[in-house]
Amino acid sequence: MGGIRAGGDLVARMQMTRGMRLKQAKEYVAGKLGVTPFDLSDVAAMTDVRDEHGFGRIHSYAISHPWQANLIEAKFNIARVLDVPVNCVEKFKERTGLL
Amino acid sequence: METAIPTRMGDGSIARMTRSELRADIEDGVAQAVRRAKVEPLGADEREHLLDIYASPARFVGVDLGDEIVLSCDGTGMKTHATRTQDLQSYEQWMGADLLELCPGDYSLKVIRTILPYEAQRLHDALLCTIAPMQYGIMPNLGLYAKDDGPCENWSALLPQGKIAEARTAAEGAAEMAVADAVRMADVMWEAGADAIDFDTTGASGDPEFWATLRATELIHEKYPDLGIQLGMAGEFVLGMHGELEYDGKRLAGMWPKQQLEVVQKAGATMYGPVVNVNTGKSCAWNMARALAMVKPCMQIAEIPVHMNVGMGVGAVPMFVHPPGDAACRAAKACVDILRLDGL
Repeated sequence: MGGIRAGGDLVARMQMTRGMRLKQAKEYVAGKLGVTPFDLSDVAAMTDVRDEHGFGRIHSYAISHPWQANLIEAKFNIARVLDVPVNCVEKFKERTGLL
Repeated sequence: METAIPTRMGDGSIARMTRSELRADIEDGVAQAVRRAKVEPLGADEREHLLDIYASPARFVGVDLGDEIVLSCDGTGMKTHATRTQDLQSYEQWMGADLLELCPGDYSLKVIRTILPYEAQRLHDALLCTIAPMQYGIMPNLGLYAKDDGPCENWSALLPQGKIAEARTAAEGAAEMAVADAVRMADVMWEAGADAIDFDTTGASGDPEFWATLRATELIHEKYPDLGIQLGMAGEFVLGMHGELEYDGKRLAGMWPKQQLEVVQKAGATMYGPVVNVNTGKSCAWNMARALAMVKPCMQIAEIPVHMNVGMGVGAVPMFVHPPGDAACRAAKACVDILRLDGL
């Protein structure tokens, strides 16, 4: 589905950690983001969505966005918007006194 | 006279076959699955669509827009071209991987016993600098628990001597050790922040290995219900190296994909990867027809995502070290269009 180029990582996360089948996972993620399941594989549509929610995106020397959330920061936002606990985010909170 | 279309054999070599020859191969592949696995044949429309996919002269074929599925993988973080963390970042940033997997180079469960803290540290650090969900992957590889590689008597050596009871006792002992190692691994990886555990090539050592993985899955799921568990198989048929092992009251030896999925779901896995091995002497069309017919019954009972293994030597992708892209994309399209899989 294109991973973080589009919304593949988000759907994969619901499959992997919640055991959701594809249709259910796509509908869940699309519902949380206010897009259609079709949009989740569309890099053009999802780049804007990822920017809006701070989900992280492809970065390179030529397309840098240091003001946007990325990496572990992005996973905080993914956990919040998708309403699904992300294990390493929970551990991060524990180990930095955020909980 | 019919035009010969370039296609592939299961060993990756080019074969030129007519549409009629491809159709005959598809019919035979389905018939082989029906005979061996006692499954229903593919429908006429499904066989015709499969024929269209394999009779296409296109270099590359793909699914319809909107029909994209999740691509799971093993071995994305194993020091292919840089550090393991950098490999994971490359898969995420350059290849658009839907999920990532850190794994040891040997990939065997027993091997990580003594390096578990180092592996967990690598996973912990990699999770801080990636976005896609990340699993830690191993293969149970129960054979390493048997002499000369491990502490247990070697059931493969005992069986030819007619020492059936001794072989069964040895395999059971090895399976218990593997369960303990798998749960300990999950304990450590959960604390490191893992999103999931991937048990790959499960059942390579037959029913004792499948039992060990199911039991480990059950225990890990009980301890960490939010930890994903992907359970992928080694072959389409569970070998009866023990013969009497059961899970949930069902004998494991001789299970085909649908029966495998039933016990995998019962154990608490979140993803299941059926495998159908490639016959290198047959065409990819033959192999795909056989694979689809064997896996199709899974899709009717699946409560968790089914990610069919479609890679070198399995799922009609040639048994060749660099799988040809034309064969791989045909296999992927066939699986999505006909099985409506959740992933590959």
